[in-house]
Amino acid sequence: MISLAGRDILHAWGKFVFTGVGLGLLIGVTLTMAGVYRGMVDDARVLLDNSSADLWVVQRGTLGPYAESSSLQDDLYRGILGMPGVARAANVTYLTMQVLRAQGDVRAMVVGVVPGGPGEPGQPGQLVAGRHITHSHYEAVADVASGLRLGEQVQIRRQYYRVVGLTRRMVSSNGDPMIFIPLRDAQEAQFLKDNDAIWQQRRRTTSNPAVARSQVPGLLDALLAAQESNPYVNAVLVQLENGADANETAELIRRWKRLQVYTRDQMESILVGKLIRTSAQQIGMFLIILAIVSAAIVAFIIYTLTMGKIREIAVLKLIGTRNRSIAWMILQQALGLGLIGFVVGKVAATFWAPFFPKYVLLVVQDTLLGLASVLLICTLASVLAIHAALKVDPAEAISG
Amino acid sequence: MAEYDKGIRIEGLRKRFGEGEAAVDALKGVNMQVAPGEVVGLIGPSGSGKSTLLKCLGAVIEPSGGRMTLGGQVIFDERWTIDDLSALRRDRIGFVFQAPYLISFLNVTDNVALLPMLAGQPNTEARRRAQELLEALDVAHRAQAMPSHLSGGEQQRVSIARALISRPPVILADEPTAPLDSERAMAVMRILDRMARQYQTAVIVVTHDEKIIPTFKRLYRIRDGRTEEESGEGRSLF
Repeated sequence: MISLAGRDILHAWGKFVFTGVGLGLLIGVTLTMAGVYRGMVDDARVLLDNSSADLWVVQRGTLGPYAESSSLQDDLYRGILGMPGVARAANVTYLTMQVLRAQGDVRAMVVGVVPGGPGEPGQPGQLVAGRHITHSHYEAVADVASGLRLGEQVQIRRQYYRVVGLTRRMVSSNGDPMIFIPLRDAQEAQFLKDNDAIWQQRRRTTSNPAVARSQVPGLLDALLAAQESNPYVNAVLVQLENGADANETAELIRRWKRLQVYTRDQMESILVGKLIRTSAQQIGMFLIILAIVSAAIVAFIIYTLTMGKIREIAVLKLIGTRNRSIAWMILQQALGLGLIGFVVGKVAATFWAPFFPKYVLLVVQDTLLGLASVLLICTLASVLAIHAALKVDPAEAISG
Repeated sequence: MAEYDKGIRIEGLRKRFGEGEAAVDALKGVNMQVAPGEVVGLIGPSGSGKSTLLKCLGAVIEPSGGRMTLGGQVIFDERWTIDDLSALRRDRIGFVFQAPYLISFLNVTDNVALLPMLAGQPNTEARRRAQELLEALDVAHRAQAMPSHLSGGEQQRVSIARALISRPPVILADEPTAPLDSERAMAVMRILDRMARQYQTAVIVVTHDEKIIPTFKRLYRIRDGRTEEESGEGRSLF
């Protein structure tokens, strides 16, 4: 059977293509918004994957190093290492800041890790260039998204670090690229005071008669040293022995060390369910609005196209074309327009996604869902035009 | 008289619009007969009921009373549905309009072959029949052209081919020569006459066109909702 809709589209292809491109850009934005959400979720999962940890030990009563600030003594990991089921444990610090480079600065999450190789808790899993941190000071491994190059020097607080390795897809839940530095440097950077503040604190402590006691030699020096060093980290990352149960080990650490411990699933639910929840809701609202706008545009276009053919529809009805044939023609045009728009939108989203500053993840599931939504929206949008066409009196084709 | 049963037979056809005191009787008992192969004119002043009669004949509006037989089939009773009327128009009635109203996005062949194709006939068969009709109407050379590229006369011939594609026993032509000059108007009438005889189709031509009125052998004049049969001059079309 002849496809009236197909022939009309071929005849007026320019109109359909340009309309479809306009609609497609809107659909492209919609797919990209979904991709931004997927990217945020994926960033969160990658953050956890790249931690190489099975358990996150954090300050009691907090949601861990990513969602809330957490502070632990840096010697706690030794006790955790002795717990049943624990294979490895390592301190880690996280600090989001502006990192200075030769030209300008870059926003990054500075991660303090214990120098070591791949597979160690907190270490970047894979490098795309260079090597891991092997020295205790002034070396850095950076994510390529930071724009840093191998051998480049960056300034974190007062110290300079040379980039010795580059990694990929190591980003915070906000999408900021990570820069790994030795743990000691990171601890210092995290609590570093300026010279005036240090001098003022020394002066206050020295003039305090409670601690500046000549009868207790060494007390003042010990107190000053304690004030100027930072023995805290944000979390202890734990790797389990083969066959160890994460929940059991976590419970043991909770009970005996009186610390908060999260398993991988719990940490993921914190990141996805709490940290990016508001952003996800924001994107969800955008998606709903974009869907409504798309539906309105398709409905308007199809209605206008149908009204432009009202005389032809009257003739078609008069010469005996069934109502369902006319309705099918309008529906096919709406679906055709939607398909053109979807293809354009998908291509556009695929093309521009890599240029977004944050990771945009376009997944097949969203593509299929988007296609189904577009077809559903087009079907609903054509109802108005079909209703108008079916109301056309075939007598209108007869003059008088 | 039985020959009219195979063409068009209308007896006491009435059509009333509105109800009560506001009611208007557009048709007050129309009687007409057209035999297969015959072309009959229908003339009358504006508001006389021509269009109402044409709409009743075209199964577009339902008459208030009377009886109509088109191509041997009595039409309109309480059992008719919208789909039945569509099928009746598709299979038994051909329409030729004042303006050809060709489908702008279909070429000439597909405009003619559209109805059989929509009815589910194979496209190749429908197009073959369309080609035959286009050849008979001397527009086969424009078979692949789009309607906007045809002259007024060519468009009208294509619309006649479209009306004939289902081999309907009845053709209703509504001012088919109105937009054409004398020469083209006579050409269209020749074609209608030839096709009526060739396919044994009963043709009613509604017209105001003084040029073609003398060509009818028989015509009906409608006035105040009633018809009067007149003998025409039957002037030769050739």
